[in-house]
Amino acid sequence: MTGFVTQPDSPPPARTPTRATTEPLLVRVILIGVAFLFFAVFLLIPLAAVFIEALKKGWDTYVNSISTPDSISAIKLTLLVAAISVPLNLVFGVAAAWSVAKFEFRGKQFLISLIDLPFSVSPVISGLIYVLIFGAQSRFGQALRELDVRVLFAVPGIVLATIFVTFPFVARELIPLMQAQGNDEEEAAVMLGAGGFTTFFRVTLPNIKWGLMYGIILCNARAMGEFGAVSVVSGHIRGLTNTIPLHVEILYNEYNFVPAFAVASLLALLALLTLCVKSFIEWRRGGLEA
Amino acid sequence: MPAFPATENFSLRKVFSFQHSVLPGFSLTMGYSLAYLSLIVLIPLATVFFKSTELGLAGFWKTVTHPRILASFKLSFGASLIAAAINVFFGLNFAWVLSRYRFPGKKILDALIDLPFAMPTAVTGITLATLYARNGWIGRLLAPFGIEVSYTPLGVLVASVFIGLPFVVRTLQPVLEDLEVEVEEAAACLGANRWQTFWRVIFPILTPALLTGFALAFARAVGEYGSIVFIAGNMPMVSEITPLMIITKLEQYDYAGATAIATVMLVFSFIILLLINTLQAWSRRSQKDA
Repeated sequence: MTGFVTQPDSPPPARTPTRATTEPLLVRVILIGVAFLFFAVFLLIPLAAVFIEALKKGWDTYVNSISTPDSISAIKLTLLVAAISVPLNLVFGVAAAWSVAKFEFRGKQFLISLIDLPFSVSPVISGLIYVLIFGAQSRFGQALRELDVRVLFAVPGIVLATIFVTFPFVARELIPLMQAQGNDEEEAAVMLGAGGFTTFFRVTLPNIKWGLMYGIILCNARAMGEFGAVSVVSGHIRGLTNTIPLHVEILYNEYNFVPAFAVASLLALLALLTLCVKSFIEWRRGGLEA
Repeated sequence: MPAFPATENFSLRKVFSFQHSVLPGFSLTMGYSLAYLSLIVLIPLATVFFKSTELGLAGFWKTVTHPRILASFKLSFGASLIAAAINVFFGLNFAWVLSRYRFPGKKILDALIDLPFAMPTAVTGITLATLYARNGWIGRLLAPFGIEVSYTPLGVLVASVFIGLPFVVRTLQPVLEDLEVEVEEAAACLGANRWQTFWRVIFPILTPALLTGFALAFARAVGEYGSIVFIAGNMPMVSEITPLMIITKLEQYDYAGATAIATVMLVFSFIILLLINTLQAWSRRSQKDA
């Protein structure tokens, strides 16, 4: 598993630095200084810039920018897309984690790699694949068109592309967690006569709830913020198939910088909220285990 | 009690040479996971390879070796490689500081490292483009030195560094935190100075994780679209990235051409994925040995 978003479950044991196993004070100060400098230039300034640019012309302009009909419809569409794609990937993630973590079978590692696959595919390609399937040039696309079903340049296409790019989030969060917890508790529950669903909801779920929550918020953040894949399949129809990120792009390309940053600041707030919830969950997890 | 009764002819349990377990639900969850995985990920991705055969070998080769496409490959792969190398350097610095030192602001630093991961790419894109523009906060400071970042290949590099950082930090952090202090104590007892201990003892243990982080950051940057496209300026032959070329081809309704470029990128992603999996197997082994 590539655990790049997973933080270690428990805080590191408190080290009592002894002279032999730490660096001289000067080296420490330089390393910390470099980290802070890089942090300020690459993370803090961009984050601050979003909000400063958004509020450049005052609070009223800010509110007006995010309450135009086009912005509101973009917000609604983004919420709708997330409301469909996150639950679908949640069900998949739980099912996949149960089958991978609770049982031993051949080809398990390969299956995990397949689940991770969407992460290593460029978002543009994630959109392209649905254009190839549902586009007017394909036979399947033409058949659907005769039935008057629109997938591409419509909401279903956006939902599909979003499901693709957020596909692994819940599963990859749950699989290592459930593998680490082992099967003992579930086996005891089954031996005592509990059915499959009772075992899952009463025994497994309480153990994985924080990991599950973490997977859901990451999945949701990506679902609401996806740009590349959605941009390919949406057709950019204002008021109809524009999600928040696409709306930001249109405003920016029209040189409406303040409104663009105002709408973008909503997504930046979502990102900050996601990081807060993540820190909270890590703190809870650490606290429970300690 | 499998949810689907295993028939004589076909059974998922047989296919996977499944080892018996008292827990229920293997066939149900595995069947569902495989069906969903195939529908959303595998079949759509397969259409890319299927579609790219339409051009024939000569047509395929002609498309992907067109000078403008070659220039985009050079920029995308080149900038991503350099960005990943920069990220390995600063990522190691961050991971080291976060896992070993105590200093004020550490919690915030740790939480915000994931910002590039949580921030929607379009927001990152317009923010970096604005900051590094000639009249932007950072661009203004660089302009007197004749350094232009926005709308040049250098902009592609800056955006690639931004999005790749968390991959390196989060891959290294758990390895650094699991490192036993005894190893360093032994090195010190045997007369190694701090630099020797780092270079000859700690660094070899970190190598697999460093390479994994490098590969993850590299792969992410090559496929990235939203964060880069705003700052790149998109001048043909100079600052066009490969994902943008796919979109350009799509806008010209050249589906086969877009697919050919996508195929090259997909093959590359699979190679990187394979590499990462191999590295992680190596990492697990070397951690066990350590």
